[in-house]
Amino acid sequence: MSAENKQVISREGSTDIHAQTAGSKAVKYILITLSVVFLFVMLVMPLITVIYEAFRKGLVPYLEAVSDPDTISALLLTLEATVIAVVINTVFGLFAAWAISKFRFHGKKLLVTLIDLPVTVSPIIAGLIFVLTFGRQSAIYPFLESIDFMVVYAVPGIILATVFVTFPFISREILPVLEAQGTDEEEAAALMGTKGFTIFRRITLPHIKWALLYGIVLCAARAMGEFGAVSVLSGHLRGKTVTLPLQVEILFGDNKFMPAFAVSSILVVLAIVILIVRSIVEYIGKRRGEK
Amino acid sequence: MKNNKRIIPGFGISMGVTLALLSIMVVIPLASLVVFTAKMDFSDIIKVITRPRVVASFEVTLLTAFIASVINAVMGVILAWVLVRYNFPGKRILDGMIELPFALPTAVAGISLTSLYADSGWIGGIFAQMGIKIAYTRIGITIALIFIGIPFVVRTVQPVLEKLDPLYEEAAGILGASRTRTFRKVILPELRPAIFTGFGLAFGRCLGEYGSVVFIAGNQPYETEITPLIIMSELQEYDYSSATAIALVMLAAAFLILFLVNLIQIRNSKILKGGH
Repeated sequence: MSAENKQVISREGSTDIHAQTAGSKAVKYILITLSVVFLFVMLVMPLITVIYEAFRKGLVPYLEAVSDPDTISALLLTLEATVIAVVINTVFGLFAAWAISKFRFHGKKLLVTLIDLPVTVSPIIAGLIFVLTFGRQSAIYPFLESIDFMVVYAVPGIILATVFVTFPFISREILPVLEAQGTDEEEAAALMGTKGFTIFRRITLPHIKWALLYGIVLCAARAMGEFGAVSVLSGHLRGKTVTLPLQVEILFGDNKFMPAFAVSSILVVLAIVILIVRSIVEYIGKRRGEK
Repeated sequence: MKNNKRIIPGFGISMGVTLALLSIMVVIPLASLVVFTAKMDFSDIIKVITRPRVVASFEVTLLTAFIASVINAVMGVILAWVLVRYNFPGKRILDGMIELPFALPTAVAGISLTSLYADSGWIGGIFAQMGIKIAYTRIGITIALIFIGIPFVVRTVQPVLEKLDPLYEEAAGILGASRTRTFRKVILPELRPAIFTGFGLAFGRCLGEYGSVVFIAGNQPYETEITPLIIMSELQEYDYSSATAIALVMLAAAFLILFLVNLIQIRNSKILKGGH
């Protein structure tokens, strides 16, 4: 076989791979069109609807709806619950991932299963178990009443529910990174006499930085949007135990559609910001990981 | 061999913090569910969960969640295929968009889908002319569940497809297999565990979904009332026993699905690592 022929074959071979794996051009365009149409109808149109309905009556009614005192207090409560959930779950995520990945102990599988449990439970059931723990029929209710600390239909309940539904979000992101990294570096540092926190800060943290950030973003997204579990524990006391998603529900239920969508638009903007941050963090994380 | 000497410091404190927070947040609340259940009469539980209205809600929930997850399984494979195998402008945006149902609060998705698919809505209006009602019917519930379940199958199939060596498909092609045959006999068997895992995760999520569904469902007893909503209304009437009884059925279903997904996942991770 001449060299010329070989070249032709190998070139044809390489285009062939593409033709074989990607299918014909027609199939390609049909599948891409199908995907784009599906995502447009299912994901983009709901977003457009929110923005369109929110500004339907113009900018002034929109601003009035957004600056309503009940909405502002709902926004503040949402932020409060989100910040607390992120802080608690970050602390938990770091310690849990450290304990699970750096040490060997019995019952590790059970521990991981228990940590993951909250995301597999329906949000309504998540709310239910806190009602059963802290509600009127609970054994500790008389004690809670005596110290005047209400959980059900009060802010602590909302915060507990929010922490619960986002509980594994951060540990789950860090754990695979730490497990892939192994324990050699930390062991070496410890043998040379480095203190625990310094090991964490100088050796472990640089490895998990992006995974941690990614976990925080996911946690914040879910925390601010939680509806079911918070709905069970809220009692819907306007201006007191209402978060932004609950405020949306209340307004929509009162047939105040424009204000409901105006409040929703705040959450849509936050969701889009989260998606963008997520993409950036994932992109940087991947690039760092490859180096 | 047991490794008794731990070189890395911090086992005590990290284990302590982990167990303390886990107990407060997960173990104690779950234990209170167990304690509460133990105090209930078994015949009462059966009585609650066999009420016609509750049984009807199981049927609605299972049926809509199943149909939505099947549609998501098919669309999920197509989306993953398009995102992995093709290059086209806007691909990165499409890829980033997949996670929107995770980022968008379910209540917002709920009211937005409701007004979109209501008879006066942009999409609902088109179907209303053909005499098909979407919002406030089981179709509406299914649409909301499709929205919620989009990311699951895409994100489980995508990594498997990325690892899949095109060489096998090429070989099948050279040996004379048609493209559909190559897809059925070479690609699909590799993807199947990932598809089932994604399907299972989506199905589990759909069974418990509340926020996006309550608005579009219309919540007609026997027709469009989902199980989480029944639990919610029992709670609002302070009927904790009924709520718990129904919740136990849902938990059992969720754990069964999770168990099956884990079985499949073991096989899936073997494929991801390259073996069979």
